[in-house]
Amino acid sequence: MVLEALPERGQGRRGRHYRGRLILAYKLLVNDRAKFVALLVGITFAVFLMVQMTSMFAGVLARAGATVVNIGAKIWVMDPAVNTVANTIPMPDYVADFARSIDGVKYAVPLYSGGALAKLKSGAYQSVSVLGLDDTSLFGRPPIETGRIADLYVENGFWVVRDSEYEKLGRPGIGSEFQLNDRRAVIVGVAGVASAGLFGIPTLYTTYSRARQYIPSTRFTTAYVLIEPKTDADIPGIKRALGGLGYLVLTREEFLARIANYYMYQTGLGMNILLMTAISFIVGLSISGQTFYTFIIENLEKFGALKAIGAKGHELVLMILFQATFVSLTGLGLGIGLCTLVIFFAKLRLPSYAAQISAFNLLLAFGMVIVIAAISSYIGVRRVLRIEPFDIFRG
Amino acid sequence: MPNHSIEVRSVGKSFGEGQARTSAVRSVTFDVNMGEMLYIVGPSGSGKTTLLSMISGILRPNEGQVLVEGTDLWSLSDDRIADFRLNKIGFVFQDFHLFPRLSTAENVAIPLILRGEDWPSAVKAGMRFLEVVGLSSRADLPPVKLSGGEQQRVAIARAMVGEPDILILDEPTASLDGDTGKNIVEFIKKTLLNEQRSIVIVTHDARIYEFADRILSMEDGRLKAISEGQRHGK
Repeated sequence: MVLEALPERGQGRRGRHYRGRLILAYKLLVNDRAKFVALLVGITFAVFLMVQMTSMFAGVLARAGATVVNIGAKIWVMDPAVNTVANTIPMPDYVADFARSIDGVKYAVPLYSGGALAKLKSGAYQSVSVLGLDDTSLFGRPPIETGRIADLYVENGFWVVRDSEYEKLGRPGIGSEFQLNDRRAVIVGVAGVASAGLFGIPTLYTTYSRARQYIPSTRFTTAYVLIEPKTDADIPGIKRALGGLGYLVLTREEFLARIANYYMYQTGLGMNILLMTAISFIVGLSISGQTFYTFIIENLEKFGALKAIGAKGHELVLMILFQATFVSLTGLGLGIGLCTLVIFFAKLRLPSYAAQISAFNLLLAFGMVIVIAAISSYIGVRRVLRIEPFDIFRG
Repeated sequence: MPNHSIEVRSVGKSFGEGQARTSAVRSVTFDVNMGEMLYIVGPSGSGKTTLLSMISGILRPNEGQVLVEGTDLWSLSDDRIADFRLNKIGFVFQDFHLFPRLSTAENVAIPLILRGEDWPSAVKAGMRFLEVVGLSSRADLPPVKLSGGEQQRVAIARAMVGEPDILILDEPTASLDGDTGKNIVEFIKKTLLNEQRSIVIVTHDARIYEFADRILSMEDGRLKAISEGQRHGK
């Protein structure tokens, strides 16, 4: 009984499981140390570069929208020409008054945003960003770590933000004094924020009216009107009403997206990062694709021998796909780990280093690694499927 | 009446197209009997390896039939032919084709792994067959650390681990010195040949003809003669 005794395809002992074949594929890959290391280095390096580039970009975008995140208002009203939170175009005071009159608005307050020059005790000058909060409500204030909220109303009172730029003001505490635009300023509180700014300058908070006193202003002074709607369903009506005045009304998420779009498409930054990421991808693909192809070519006879012994084409394809996937995912893990370490140590040394690994970065790197694995294994699979067992017999 | 494991009926194989077409094997007919050691001999280019490939399910003939249990092997699907090779045939390639990155025992276990056995039990079976060929002490070494004769025995253990009905050996003594080659073939005949198994050997090494039960002589792709082996015929 020869042919009748053969198990049907997918049945019997052969169809039971693939574990042994996957272990065989794993051993063939890993035991070839030189090739395995070359593959890992190639993919790890590519992933490191891709994640590094995209996390830098993510860090820049996160910092560019820091004020929006830190203030936390649901709706922002601004001049339609505003692209970033730092690039403000002052609006007349009546915009806030008009906003308060709209149905569906719980409250609306003005926000002042400007820059000033601080003269430190050492005599050095330091640019600072000044945010002026609504005098009555202090809406958008940061959480105070040291000091009392009410002290902001004392004469010359300012809060300083303890972020990565805090050091540049000489680590001021409660009672620290310096000149701000040639006027005395006193620190009455130290605040913490969720995100540091992009431009590497310290941030001070004060009241709206005091900010106007310290910073020379144009005729209009309201940088943004911050609105809290009664319900989310009121937002479209608020947008329509203020839009009728010719102002742009954005939710917090829309404003962050507008800032991100500006940096991505109007500064050249996005294109540069895209190019660097694409180059990293091509480098990774070249190294791993070529190495994997060499690995397959060197093992071509062995795959042919497996075919002659009785391995089916789809089983060899499975083995190759497993090898490519295994080495790619290992490289992905190592690359992400390496990048995380580099960012961690860079932030220890340079607190203002703008890089953060987001879920999107990881997904992008994963997608690119899968493409690298697919292309690398496709080339190998084609060669292996073409080899004839008879070639093995002929030697 | 002999029990045939394989019946070869007028098989032929040619390569190339048009004027470049070359006939490697021309209308060859013979049977492989259970319990016999059959040699296919002849000069280089006579079609021995091509014939061996056709009867073992590796190379599709242009004409004729290879009957196994009355069924034409080449009428089956590619997957069924692969199953036939895996389950019923044991191959010993001329260049052994051992995997240098695997241990000797793991090399022997490969056919069982391809059958779906799990790794530990397949390697255990591999160890058992290494013991049969006298190499149990070399189980953990990679094949490159073994001599040519030892590698040959590893290849034989790999061919035997699935306990196939037919054992196919392509030039088993080509890379061995005279005594080692004879010892190997003698070992194969004494240890591995039985009433339920056939062994087909392609060779042009006349020093091992003495172990053949029958010898098929090939010349220019044709079967020139079938003779009894020296031990049986004389």
